[in-house]
Amino acid sequence: MIKRRHVEEAFFKTLMILSLMLVAGSLGFILLTVIIKGLPALNLAMLTQTPKGGYYLGKEGGILNAIIGSIYLALGGTLLALIFSLPLALYLQAYARRTGWADSVRLALDVLWGIPSIVYGAFGFTLMLALGMRASLLGGIITLAILELPIMTRAMDEVIRMIPHEMEQAAFAVGATRLETALKVVTRQMLPGLLTAILLAFGRGIGDAASVLFTAGYTDRIPTSLFRPVASLPLAVFFQLGTPFPEVQQRAYASALILTVIVLVISLGSRWLASRLSRYTIR
Amino acid sequence: MGENKTAKPVGFRQIRLKILGRRETDRLASRLLLLLSMIPLILIVVILAALFLRSWPIIQARTIWDLLSGQVWKPGQGLFGFYPFIMGTVWVTVVAMVLAVPPCLLVAIYLVEYAHTPLKTAMKPLLDLLASIPSVVYGVWGLVAIVPWVQSTLAPFLSRWLGFIPLFHSNNPTGFSVISGSIVLAVMVAPFIIAVTYEVMHTVPDGLRHASLAMGATRWQTVRYAVLPQTIPGIAAGIVMGASRALGETMAVLMVVGNVAKSPSSIFDPAYPLPALIANNYGEMLSIPMYDSALLGAALVLLLMVLFFNVVSTLTLRQILRRSG
Repeated sequence: MIKRRHVEEAFFKTLMILSLMLVAGSLGFILLTVIIKGLPALNLAMLTQTPKGGYYLGKEGGILNAIIGSIYLALGGTLLALIFSLPLALYLQAYARRTGWADSVRLALDVLWGIPSIVYGAFGFTLMLALGMRASLLGGIITLAILELPIMTRAMDEVIRMIPHEMEQAAFAVGATRLETALKVVTRQMLPGLLTAILLAFGRGIGDAASVLFTAGYTDRIPTSLFRPVASLPLAVFFQLGTPFPEVQQRAYASALILTVIVLVISLGSRWLASRLSRYTIR
Repeated sequence: MGENKTAKPVGFRQIRLKILGRRETDRLASRLLLLLSMIPLILIVVILAALFLRSWPIIQARTIWDLLSGQVWKPGQGLFGFYPFIMGTVWVTVVAMVLAVPPCLLVAIYLVEYAHTPLKTAMKPLLDLLASIPSVVYGVWGLVAIVPWVQSTLAPFLSRWLGFIPLFHSNNPTGFSVISGSIVLAVMVAPFIIAVTYEVMHTVPDGLRHASLAMGATRWQTVRYAVLPQTIPGIAAGIVMGASRALGETMAVLMVVGNVAKSPSSIFDPAYPLPALIANNYGEMLSIPMYDSALLGAALVLLLMVLFFNVVSTLTLRQILRRSG
């Protein structure tokens, strides 16, 4: 005899599996769309040339300016964020631990994490106006660093939390100070997670468009100084899509494919690196 | 001279030891790091203050109520009404959450209560990948896949069969609409909601499940009557947090939502959310008086909406996750 509750069980289980397929399917759908649309327009010139005259009308050239620009921006932003976030994360775990102050700092970081990147862009813009700066590589780097800071710090914070407490106690027991423990024991032990956190923030930075829209500007040249404007891949996609020419829109799809590949390589690479490096930590 | 040969060169470490003892170094570092740890809080205050200061001219000239309830946006004539944009943001976000929440909860329940370890370990990188796709790429996907589909299939179909309900009535010949933006957003916030729900459901002790199963309940009954009631506040917080992410999403939504400054009344109407307003007009905002002030005011309104939802949900979640240790 089939009971109602078994029917219910089967019904909801089916729904769950369908939802799971829906979520996994959307990832496949997105990747497939970008590949199918982007691959035909992708060629070597896209990757190795900067836009020539009339590029945005469908003439010769590529988006090397945006690829290099994005790497500059994300690299600079990530390094700047790292300078602040590593000491901050070490402080949260080694010094403040479970105090009320550490809790408030974590809350502030979580709140910062939730602030939309367009707001960071607008803030960066007002900051630059106040300082008399124009849209430039430096402006973009600073804005991205602010955007990445909470992501990186919270990720590191979680990594350090996973380190067995006994290890620090052992360091204290042989007479190490908190600083020495943090620098010589904790940082080594957290290395795999540290890399994951950095790459996570880097991936976020390279894909973000709204924050660099105001602050980094856009140019067809590869910047030679921190004070020049700089192109970026997400904006290259956006601007090329905005033109009325099908050839240029095709290139937008190809640019989207390049961006997606970069981000996916970073995402998968960080996972692989972390698993390789975790062999060298003490468990 | 033999002494010099064996003595190591005086390195950084020795010099430091001479100037400062190890304990003093530790204490000094503690003070410096305390200063450093104030940065996040200071940053929040500075962002709020900067946006407030820059939007002060327009708040003074118009009053807050006029701005928030103003229906017309004509910067050239000095008319800055945020109402259509706020409604655009709310519509896109609410519809996205309606689409995203049921499947996300089901996926999280499945992963926690049913799935075997291989599936769990496979889903984690999959969700990470979904979360790592840049928003412009989501926008491209929406533009080439979702917008045409809404235009050719979804809108005619729903409008024909459910058109008598105003919510589904369509008089928009394009696919650029609330629903297109919401579908894209729903996929974007899915990994987020699934992750939070997953974590919250893991806080329910296994003993509770075992007790329920031992009484002869099916797995679904266990979920429904033993696990879910415990986790409702946490799941609600996760949903609100997801919504606050959706509120601020700019590029992907901007590319598919139509950007017409009119408050939508159906899911097939175009909308113009606040982030899109800011992103679309930054170029000309310095040429018209008060324009920059109005746009940064829009950023302030957006920030306050996000902060409200974000702080409430973060505090709730924190309490729940801590209780379980």
